[in-house]
Amino acid sequence: MAEAEAFLRLTKLTKQFGKFTAVNGVDLDIREGEFFTIVGPSGSGKTTLLRMLAGLERPSAGDILLRGQRINDVPANRRPTCMVFQSLALFHHRTVGQNIEFSLKMRGVSRTERKARAMELLDMLQLPTDYYGKNVTKCSGGERQRVALARALASDPEILFFDEPLSAIDYRLRKLLEVELKDLHRATGKTFMYITHSLEEAMVMSDRIGIMREGQIIQIGTPNDIYTRPQSRFVSQFMGEVNVLAVTASGDKLEAPVHGAMLTSPPDRASGFEQGHLVIRPESVRFVSEGSGAENQLTGILYNEYAMGSRVQYHVRVGEEMFTVEKLREQAYQGNLNDEVTIGWDAKDSVLVAE
Amino acid sequence: MSDASHRLDEPSRLLALLRSIASPGVLNAVPPLLLFLTGFLGPLVLVGLTSFIPARTFGFHGDWTLENYSQLFAEGSSHYIPFLWSFGLAAACVAFLLMICYPIAYGMAKVFGKWASPITLLLVLPLFVSENVRLFGWVIFLMKGGGIFAGIMKTLFGLDPGSMLYTPAVVLFGLCYVYLPFMLFPIVLGVSMIPKDLVESANDLGASRFQMFREIEVPLAMPGLLVGGLLTFILAVGAISETTILGGQNISVVALDIRHEFTYNQNWPGGSAIAMLVTVLTGVLVMTLLNRLNLDRLLGKR
Repeated sequence: MAEAEAFLRLTKLTKQFGKFTAVNGVDLDIREGEFFTIVGPSGSGKTTLLRMLAGLERPSAGDILLRGQRINDVPANRRPTCMVFQSLALFHHRTVGQNIEFSLKMRGVSRTERKARAMELLDMLQLPTDYYGKNVTKCSGGERQRVALARALASDPEILFFDEPLSAIDYRLRKLLEVELKDLHRATGKTFMYITHSLEEAMVMSDRIGIMREGQIIQIGTPNDIYTRPQSRFVSQFMGEVNVLAVTASGDKLEAPVHGAMLTSPPDRASGFEQGHLVIRPESVRFVSEGSGAENQLTGILYNEYAMGSRVQYHVRVGEEMFTVEKLREQAYQGNLNDEVTIGWDAKDSVLVAE
Repeated sequence: MSDASHRLDEPSRLLALLRSIASPGVLNAVPPLLLFLTGFLGPLVLVGLTSFIPARTFGFHGDWTLENYSQLFAEGSSHYIPFLWSFGLAAACVAFLLMICYPIAYGMAKVFGKWASPITLLLVLPLFVSENVRLFGWVIFLMKGGGIFAGIMKTLFGLDPGSMLYTPAVVLFGLCYVYLPFMLFPIVLGVSMIPKDLVESANDLGASRFQMFREIEVPLAMPGLLVGGLLTFILAVGAISETTILGGQNISVVALDIRHEFTYNQNWPGGSAIAMLVTVLTGVLVMTLLNRLNLDRLLGKR
């Protein structure tokens, strides 16, 4: 059986603004029905990429293929895609109902049919049906998100794009909406393509994540892949606080710039490795006591401790390097600041990146 | 002890009241308020009172009458003709200017970028020259036979455009020419209030170029369109130079009619009555439209 045609395929997709290349030759296959998230810092080109897919920006080079059909030149209003903007872009001169019905009105759907669909969507997004005639400016932040989602879903698009719609929302509501969005993805079965600068947000919702940097996608994988096997220091640091040590190969050991320590390599070390970085997640590092050992051990001074709810973080100074150690609250370190402590990790819990 | 403090209480409360009245806000509002009362409301009241004294008299002697108003609506009165001209020309001027200014305003707010400032300057520059001087310039340009336009047509194409002056069309042209900036700049403000992402979102939701214009751009620019429209309408209703200079008094507008009453007819009460009628008509129009418009939104306060 021949390989199925990709649902949404980008080939060498490029966008230049004058001399600046915002998106630089992106190749990407999006599967039908998946929740794909692109994560990147601001200026990495992720918004431009999404705008090209929505038809709001014309690619400078490369192709966008939807079910094998090239859609580069199809204008935004003819694409079976819909976008939820960062600002939500709700029509503040219209009511909730008129916002939701907008795409149907543009397509000439009759008034009664439009209203029936709007009611259905209000129900689906858990908005009270008497919001139909409410002014959108009178809705709360979370309600506006739902109105924007309902509006995007109204014309039954094949792909939904999200341009950081949750970035301006406070933490608690954001957590709630992340879950709702993932449930909505499950309920509708549509393809969702989401962009954000928060890998944490991406982890919660996505089937697959693409990490974008300087106009290119530098790693694609499941949230677990990205978390456990970052392919570069950039990706590993995106996840939050990680310990990164510059190391050079020395036989089958690694030499680190902390007291000339010789560290055991992770088992999957590439054969030609010369120098790079060793990445160790804070929760993989533990305090080593008399009884228990670890493959790699370093001794330093406990510099500070930070309570983070269910977890506690410690900063341990080893030579010039500051290590972050994370423990569950009930396994917190019993001792004082400035204690001399030995920290350690097993080689299999570290990742070696060439860059 | 308690007695004394009670007695002290009375004047201090009075002082507090005075202080609250004489707050910095009130004090700051006094000069413009005085100017408004003496320079604007005063003359209006005088004209209003004059309109109620007997025709062709010049003093207030307590014999108030509505005769001046009933005269305007009397059988055989021709005062309705200037009214029709003024309001008709003003309405036509507003309609034309809306069509002319919207694209220019759109360009200035969204397209021209760094060229917007020089273009603005070009459009404002004529305002530094007296309106009458500019209109006489057009007379020279359009004059029959010897005018610049007629001369060019004759020498280059052998055409004689005939008389272009002294027609309603040229008066309308003059009104549009003079009041263009008053329509343009409010619309620029209105158009610049249209958020780009709302238009893009409409496009993404399936709106064609025209649908984006009708559903998003016009409603969101409406405050600017309304203010521009009102401003030009009011100015055009009261316009007098365009008709006298370009229309050559072939067309009698309200302002000319009022002047005629005050000067030639020596009928101040009659002229005042017409002036009051114009004021009330435009006032009603402005109030109705302004009620539908939220000035806070126009000034960006939401």
